[in-house]
Amino acid sequence: MLKVENLIVNYGGIEAVKGISLDVPDGSIITLVGANGAGKSTTLRSIAGLVKAKSGSITLDGEELLGLSTPDIVSKGITMVPEGRRVFPDMTVLENLKIGAYLRKDSLKDDIDHVYDLFPRLKERSWQAAGTLSGGEQQMLAVGRALMSRPKIIMMDEPSLGLAPIIVQGIFDIIREINRQGTTVLLIEQNANMALKTADYGYVMETGKISLQGTGEELLANEQVKELYLGKSKQ
Amino acid sequence: MSVVLPYLLSGISVGGQYALIAIGYTMVYGILRLINFAHGDVFMVAGVMMVYLSASLPLYVSMPLMLILTVIIGFAIERAAYKPLRSAPRMSIMISAIGVSYLLQNLAAYITGGLAQQYPTVPGISASVNIGPATTKVVTLVTPFLVIALVFALVMLINHTKIGMAMRAVSKDYDTAQLMGIRINAVISATFVIGSFLAAVGSVLYFTNYTAVTYTSGAMPGLKAFVAAVFGGIGSIPGAVIGAFIIGISENIVKGLEAMLGMAGINLNIGLATFSDAVTFALLIIILVVKPTGLFGEKATEKV
Repeated sequence: MLKVENLIVNYGGIEAVKGISLDVPDGSIITLVGANGAGKSTTLRSIAGLVKAKSGSITLDGEELLGLSTPDIVSKGITMVPEGRRVFPDMTVLENLKIGAYLRKDSLKDDIDHVYDLFPRLKERSWQAAGTLSGGEQQMLAVGRALMSRPKIIMMDEPSLGLAPIIVQGIFDIIREINRQGTTVLLIEQNANMALKTADYGYVMETGKISLQGTGEELLANEQVKELYLGKSKQ
Repeated sequence: MSVVLPYLLSGISVGGQYALIAIGYTMVYGILRLINFAHGDVFMVAGVMMVYLSASLPLYVSMPLMLILTVIIGFAIERAAYKPLRSAPRMSIMISAIGVSYLLQNLAAYITGGLAQQYPTVPGISASVNIGPATTKVVTLVTPFLVIALVFALVMLINHTKIGMAMRAVSKDYDTAQLMGIRINAVISATFVIGSFLAAVGSVLYFTNYTAVTYTSGAMPGLKAFVAAVFGGIGSIPGAVIGAFIIGISENIVKGLEAMLGMAGINLNIGLATFSDAVTFALLIIILVVKPTGLFGEKATEKV
């Protein structure tokens, strides 16, 4: 279980995360929703070790992760699909998958086949430069690349951003599928409706703090969430 | 032809030597976005070390030792002068690089007493040969082949090995590379190791040709190689190599232009040969005006 306690992170001269606590139990899909600038990305980036936290604690199965470098955190089994996908544009699809398994020394063949089973589109484009893929295909590749490290926990930063609704549906189907196959998912989304429908448990983040939490259904039914994040006003 | 040939040969040769230095500039720029001003001086230090090591050791010991020491110096410079400034503004690292450049020059001036040192003769490549009407050193003929072989090996390393893949990833995106589990500092060190090694090989070829090493010997070849890297599109390895050959050949053609025109019956007594360096920099200005990213440079635009 990944546990975040009283995490405080300064980012760009302001306190972007003001003491939040989250539990991410094994095998679950947990989502963190909230408006732009609420501190969701900063939270994820500090779990991944890309941003230094000021104080608090981040533990995986009781082991402190705070202060470890990003490659060390990846080697513990936590990986992240960054916002904007960030595939390596000049590398082929296959190379992007191989680099996702950079820390592994065993054979990658089964994992590559597994990713190609999940995303047949990628198999067709195996030798194509990743920069030539469409946005949705790049998102598939970014997810596939993250799976190549065989993570226990996969964190996703706005996977639906900038994608057509039909593709967004496909991405959420994949998130459920990955989870069903045993990977824990920590998802941050502005698309609160989709995220809460998919997640087992959700946290609502507002200006660096957790303002609400509950199961997906509870939050979807909450009047405040409806008004602020689902675009439905009180009748 | 008999007039052009020696200039062409020496142009190809010096171009190859610039290429070996230029690769170091372009690789470091590709990964750190830093112009490593100390690189030309690492090349000079390799020459100075060879002078002193070969004075007391046989060549088959001194040469490998010189290559290893140059690599260690390149690695140490990065760790001591650039790594602590990783999150500082880029200008700070550049100033640190200029500081390292002067430090190396002054150390070399102190050790050599500021005097030109005779570079040892390297058996096999220091000898003279006749190519038709032209007389040249064997090193002139060996250089282009050695450069091509080393560049080929480097391209294989970058395209087909794990460390090469990591280098390509780091040069694109630090954060995402780290999320793949790549240790940025190890990749940066590897880049400096490769760049310093190639500069050390280049120094053997260059100083075998020019025979004297002084504490400022790195300045001009370093600057020319930097121009070559910019000319070819900084960050691009093929660009740096092609840029270096173009610059080496054109400066030597200019050196011989008066003699060539003389053969054609045109007598210009304006001392054109003294402008050979000016031509290099004029080429740089032209390419920067016409194609600011260089011959093979990446476009700055990014799809978001």
